[in-house]
Amino acid sequence: MQPAAAVRARGITKTFGDVIALDGVDLDLPEGQIHGLVGPNGAGKTTLLGMLLGLAVADGGSLEILGSPVGRILSVPGGVTGFVDGPGLYPELTARQNLAALVSLRSGAGRSADVDELLDRVGLTEVAGDSVRGFSLGMRQRLGLAAALLGEPRLLVLDEPANGLDPAGKRQVHQVLTDLAEAGGTVVLSSHRMDDLAALCDDVTLLSTGRVVFSGPVHKLATESGELDYRLVTTDADGARRLADDIPGLSQVAGRKSQSQYDDQSVVVRGPEPALDDLVARLVGAGIAIRELGPVVPPLEAAFLALTGAGADTDPGPDADISPASTPDLQETSR
Amino acid sequence: MTAAIVDAPVRTQPQPVAVSRCYTFELVKLVSQWRVRLVFLACLLAPAIYTAVISQQTSLPADAVYGRWMNQSGWAGSLVILDVMGTLVLPLLTCLVAGDVFAVEDRLGTWRHLMVAVRSPRRIFVSKAMAALTVTLALLAALLVSSLAGGLLALGTQPMPGLDGHIMDSGELTRTVLLGWLTIVPPTLAFSAVGLLGSVALGRSPLGLLMPVIIALILEGVQLMPVPVALRVATPMNAFITHRGLFTAPGQLGSLWIGLAVSLAWTALATYLAYRLFVRRDFTDLAYDGMGRRFLVAGLAPLAGLAAVTTVVVAVTTGANGTGIERPKLEASLATSFSHLYVLQTEQLNRQAVTEEQLHATAKCDKAGERVEDHGPGADWRCVVTWTLPGATATGNAIYQLDVTADGRYVADGDGPKEVNGFFQVATPLGDRPNPLWQFDGVVDLLATTK
Repeated sequence: MQPAAAVRARGITKTFGDVIALDGVDLDLPEGQIHGLVGPNGAGKTTLLGMLLGLAVADGGSLEILGSPVGRILSVPGGVTGFVDGPGLYPELTARQNLAALVSLRSGAGRSADVDELLDRVGLTEVAGDSVRGFSLGMRQRLGLAAALLGEPRLLVLDEPANGLDPAGKRQVHQVLTDLAEAGGTVVLSSHRMDDLAALCDDVTLLSTGRVVFSGPVHKLATESGELDYRLVTTDADGARRLADDIPGLSQVAGRKSQSQYDDQSVVVRGPEPALDDLVARLVGAGIAIRELGPVVPPLEAAFLALTGAGADTDPGPDADISPASTPDLQETSR
Repeated sequence: MTAAIVDAPVRTQPQPVAVSRCYTFELVKLVSQWRVRLVFLACLLAPAIYTAVISQQTSLPADAVYGRWMNQSGWAGSLVILDVMGTLVLPLLTCLVAGDVFAVEDRLGTWRHLMVAVRSPRRIFVSKAMAALTVTLALLAALLVSSLAGGLLALGTQPMPGLDGHIMDSGELTRTVLLGWLTIVPPTLAFSAVGLLGSVALGRSPLGLLMPVIIALILEGVQLMPVPVALRVATPMNAFITHRGLFTAPGQLGSLWIGLAVSLAWTALATYLAYRLFVRRDFTDLAYDGMGRRFLVAGLAPLAGLAAVTTVVVAVTTGANGTGIERPKLEASLATSFSHLYVLQTEQLNRQAVTEEQLHATAKCDKAGERVEDHGPGADWRCVVTWTLPGATATGNAIYQLDVTADGRYVADGDGPKEVNGFFQVATPLGDRPNPLWQFDGVVDLLATTK
């Protein structure tokens, strides 16, 4: 049976003055899914997330959330929580006071057990009595997530929840979100980090200048990357180059540098996977050992760059984060 | 907790959070601020310490109304604090509370979070305004309690003359002092509302935070100038000092009622403007940082219009014109005060009792000689008080130099004869005591008409 839709958007448009933030966006989010929203700065991610939280209404199109049509500001149905533009905490209050104040705001007195349980789930029990003023960005993000979970969300909307998280914190947040999805809740999150989305999301939607340029499973996004560049490190770089020249469909890419200790021995080639397989077979046949073989840019990031056109003139390198600093041709403003 | 998610029924549009819960939330946020806690502590301690310490001194703040009585009556300290509050102190307090109650969410970037949690801009506005009002009133209460405690514990509840010289006993002083403090609530509300307006309209800008003080400074500047009396009494700044009218018999209540009405009008208009701007704000605009210059039209222009309208209304309904400081009013006020204080001095000196009516005191005043018209504020008023004693054929004369300020308050400084008002002390059977006729404060009713 087809799962019920947590979000169903058709032809959503939104403009701010002359700026088109969303341009005919369609979106279908089934219940129980973790859905990633990705795109360069200014793509319209925050605007779309804000609409899902009821903070903005579309100029055109239709939006249904948890089965209810949404047409006015703050008219989203109950069970929708989350944050955009930071987790929204009060620095003078402790972590526990922040959550307790929200509990009393939503449901009156009591339910302190919920607060402690949530602090434990996001790994903040030890600092529950500390003022939020001294919290790191990652701790604030985790507390913001706990605050969002207080509303027993059926649709959880999170804007860049992984910002500032250390690996342990990231794992904790991933676990919380996975648990929520397994229990039937829907999570929509935005991120600039494709590796986060790949690890967490079932489906992703890629936005560029207000339009959906891809929406579907993460593994399918990888196939949108086109031909990838692969860095090949061997015991005989000159021999590898000669062999690569002989393979139809495979070309060498010059002038690329990496952080690898084998940089002088590396060859960067571009071509389809069968051609690469052929090269590997010939290297083995020629007695040349392969020490390293991998894509210069991970497939998801390559797909992002290809679909948004953000990486047309740049090579961010193997560990690059897709951010304004590394993609200077992107718009700098967030909408 | 997560188990509940699966089975949770599809809910329709939820009701916004109740105002009472939202109010509690806002109150918690306000009182958790160290700045607010420190200010409350200062309001609770500073007046008590000040009045207790000054009441033991011989050098007194005579520039303040009732300052010269601070070492003779425990009530005077609270009245000095009350008078000082009406300068810029209360507008400053409203800056710290109401002036920041909306801007703090801009600073912290918490608006969207709050909107999602509460789901009603109207309720957020009401709750924030009520929380700011609560804290402001708590600060006022702390000032009142502290100023009274300091003076009364240090000196006790001795009687004290009013601003027309009549002796006020402890019961009358209790009522009048409390009423006096009550009269500064409406103008405080007015400046709180201006604070809300600045906070809503100007976001993180310091101008928004300081809006009550900026408006107060402008109005204080108006108060210092010899402007027409209708304009003077039609500002909330004047309402801070209308309690002085309670300390005369009969009371000078015209300015007080006008001050109350004007303050409430400012409160209503500024709150409405703040509300309108708030509910129309686009909370999705991440780049929003206040209205900037549009505030001049949407915020300040209506308040300026209100000031103009109230001025016209006061001028038409009271018929008051000029500065309100005229020779006949000054003479009547001075003669009345002199009569009351002469009776007090007679009692101190243990002379044969005399009543105010028996003295038939009159005063003749002149401002800066014959070439200057006898009206308006200035330190160049010179008056001669004449009185007669029962059974005596001769009349007594006493000279006073008067420093009259534009708000109608004057300080009468005795210039002789030495036995009456020329020396700061009198020798009583109980020892030397301050001479009540040497220097005293009085107040002219600016709205009274002269015949």
